[in-house]
Amino acid sequence: MPMNNNILHISNGSRVKVAEIPVLGYDGFRATTLELMSDKARHCVSYFAYPCGEGLRLMMCIADDNAHDILVFACDVEKGAKLASAASECLALERYEREIHENWGLEFEGHPWYKPVRDFMPKKYKFFQMEGEELHEVGVGPVHAGVIEPGHFRFICNGEDVLHLEIQLGWQHRGTEHLMLEKKRLIERVLLAEGIAGDTSVSHSTAFATVWESLCGFKPSEEVLWARTLAAELERMANHTGDLGAICGDVAYQLGAAVYGRLRTPIVNFSQRWCGNRLGKGNVRPAYAPYAFTEELKQQLLSDLAAYERDFLEMCDKVQHFPSVLSRLDRTGVVSTEQAESIGAVGMAAKCAGICRDTRASHPYGVYGSLDVQPVVKNTGDVLARTELRIDEVKQSLAIVRSLLEKMPSFDGASAGSASGSVRSASGSVRSAGSPAGESFAIALTEGWRGEICHCAITGADGELVAYKIKDPSFHNWMALALAVRGNEISDFPICNKSFNLSYCGHDL
Amino acid sequence: MTSLILILISALFFNGIIGRVKSISAGRKGPGVMQPIKDVIRLFHKGAVYSDVTGPVFKLAPAVYLASVLIACLCVPFGNKPGLISFNGDFVFFAYALALGKFFCIIGALDTGSSFEGMGASREATYSMLAEPAFFLIMGSLALMTGNTSFQDIFAELHPSSPMSWALAVIAAFVFLILAMVENSRMPVDDPKTHLELTMIHEVMVLDNSGIDLGLIFVTGYLKFAMYAALIANLFIGSIPVGFGIPVFFVIQFACAVIIGLNESFTARYRMNHNPQFIFTLACIALLAVFGVMLMSGQLV
Repeated sequence: MPMNNNILHISNGSRVKVAEIPVLGYDGFRATTLELMSDKARHCVSYFAYPCGEGLRLMMCIADDNAHDILVFACDVEKGAKLASAASECLALERYEREIHENWGLEFEGHPWYKPVRDFMPKKYKFFQMEGEELHEVGVGPVHAGVIEPGHFRFICNGEDVLHLEIQLGWQHRGTEHLMLEKKRLIERVLLAEGIAGDTSVSHSTAFATVWESLCGFKPSEEVLWARTLAAELERMANHTGDLGAICGDVAYQLGAAVYGRLRTPIVNFSQRWCGNRLGKGNVRPAYAPYAFTEELKQQLLSDLAAYERDFLEMCDKVQHFPSVLSRLDRTGVVSTEQAESIGAVGMAAKCAGICRDTRASHPYGVYGSLDVQPVVKNTGDVLARTELRIDEVKQSLAIVRSLLEKMPSFDGASAGSASGSVRSASGSVRSAGSPAGESFAIALTEGWRGEICHCAITGADGELVAYKIKDPSFHNWMALALAVRGNEISDFPICNKSFNLSYCGHDL
Repeated sequence: MTSLILILISALFFNGIIGRVKSISAGRKGPGVMQPIKDVIRLFHKGAVYSDVTGPVFKLAPAVYLASVLIACLCVPFGNKPGLISFNGDFVFFAYALALGKFFCIIGALDTGSSFEGMGASREATYSMLAEPAFFLIMGSLALMTGNTSFQDIFAELHPSSPMSWALAVIAAFVFLILAMVENSRMPVDDPKTHLELTMIHEVMVLDNSGIDLGLIFVTGYLKFAMYAALIANLFIGSIPVGFGIPVFFVIQFACAVIIGLNESFTARYRMNHNPQFIFTLACIALLAVFGVMLMSGQLV
């Protein structure tokens, strides 16, 4: 491809000088984007704007799963410019363009659907409507019956059948990206990263730590990477197990809900024992591993996992062969491969629709490079696929955790805490990554349990952050949910929703 | 009178026992047997909140709902002792007294103008409508076999006759038990535990009811369960002396609650569009019972 000469190829977790990133004219930028995106092995991991001089700079990051690199290029535009929409030809970009429009006021002409992403004004915005005597609208939320986050779902139904679902989010918008720039202390930024989506705190803080370390030109030691990888897999197991319980709960299968609910506990309790937090908060910090992993913890984890695995496998065997559960899951909420590709779905939504898209395999980070992770892929795209994917991924994570434990590095005094590992390391042993280099761009992809997470950072001349962009997998995948429920019964919406279990705050930032 | 008192007593415990069975089988500590009654007492101490758009029908509905079920309970005999209301064809009156309550519950829900409640009302109306043939067919087969048309006469005659009446009693017990689950919006048709409005049938219909009104609706639900279980008990205690009949009555009530609890613990609920099929199956079983009786009594050929 001739145009590739204009594009910078970088690997996951690396840093480049901003000056090295090719700046194209908008027409070339758009054409290059569309050409690159036409290959199914590539998908957009981040597309954002940030103020640069008098105008704005658009930054496009496209991951290539086959070549295992990330393609980066930019484009300078004036403030308030009117641009031709790329989303009109490549739907996967539509939410990015809406976001840029909302944040920076750029107009994308020909955009298929200029709907607010987060800045929602109930009085000003008119929801999509359909005409028809027999149709009725059902609005759910933003306040829900369960203790969950806020989001508004607007269904258009014909009797019990859903014709269309429109999802409006934005109630959780906290300005995380802006706060990342505003808060100058590293610890504040780490805490922000952990709070992007509380259930994915390990993967988000790993992405932040990776970006920060690469900006500083710091190479973390093997045991730090090892600890992050282990924590990420434990997070995956805990969340998948919890979700399986919730899926059983939604089809009113009490046994499954009770057993999976109980099984999640030893995993999160182990996290508590290791780092003092059940969700792994505080376990990932740039440059060092705050909590040593000791031999004692290893034995504890091995015995926890042995007990967990026995019950987990037994329960999964029941669920996967129980007719009344299967009849609810099978062929419910189907997302086709074409749909998943067109919206740029990532993570579980993509893997269940037959797309092999797993950052652990395509853009390895941490110690995944040495683990040879084979992504679990399902082809039916329904709730059952997403349930079985979770089961298989938990089994895979069990194997990964065990092989990690075999290769356990020694946590020497430099990064270790006290012997029990439950006490924060003494101030003398805390190491710093140094300070970030100026005029640099860094990107990190991690595979959270929901899917691919992308963090990008750009520093100014003084090494201060001038832009920080976060992308949670929920950003794309909410659209997958909207497509999945079409043609289903409205009473199956909760089970579809649970099978994706997307994050509201991860989307709203 | 005996039957009414016994129904009232067992209504106190029925839902509590279901709850206990569910919590024990899930390995949870769970609430006590009296928790449902405590909930109702708590609700009775509260005022009710009414939405601005609701009218008198909404306020009237819970009371009519309870009254209709109480009237239906009056029709239920205790073996060969008649209920307070007893006449030829009283089971038709019984069915339509219940239907009246349901009708009010439905228009009360529609009165709120909420899309949730409209959805619940339409589901509840559909399933009650589908359940009605099953009730009449099974009562019809009982009436055909005994040659009587009042609850008391049917039940008095049922037991002593033949093995055939035992078989019919078992089929009828099965149909009544499932009917009780459908009419009370329990599993596998509805999930009483869910918080997800979109999947609810009965709960979503009474979302706007609060305080004392909600308490009345709860009480009605408990009564309905005990009432259906009393019908089941009647199938077996027709000619037993009262002294034996009362323990048998409570054993059957207890067994019904346990079966419902176990069913809710170890199966998943049906997909909404499988429900009509399931309820129709009941009518078909009842129809088989009718044909069976006709065949045996030589009325068919």
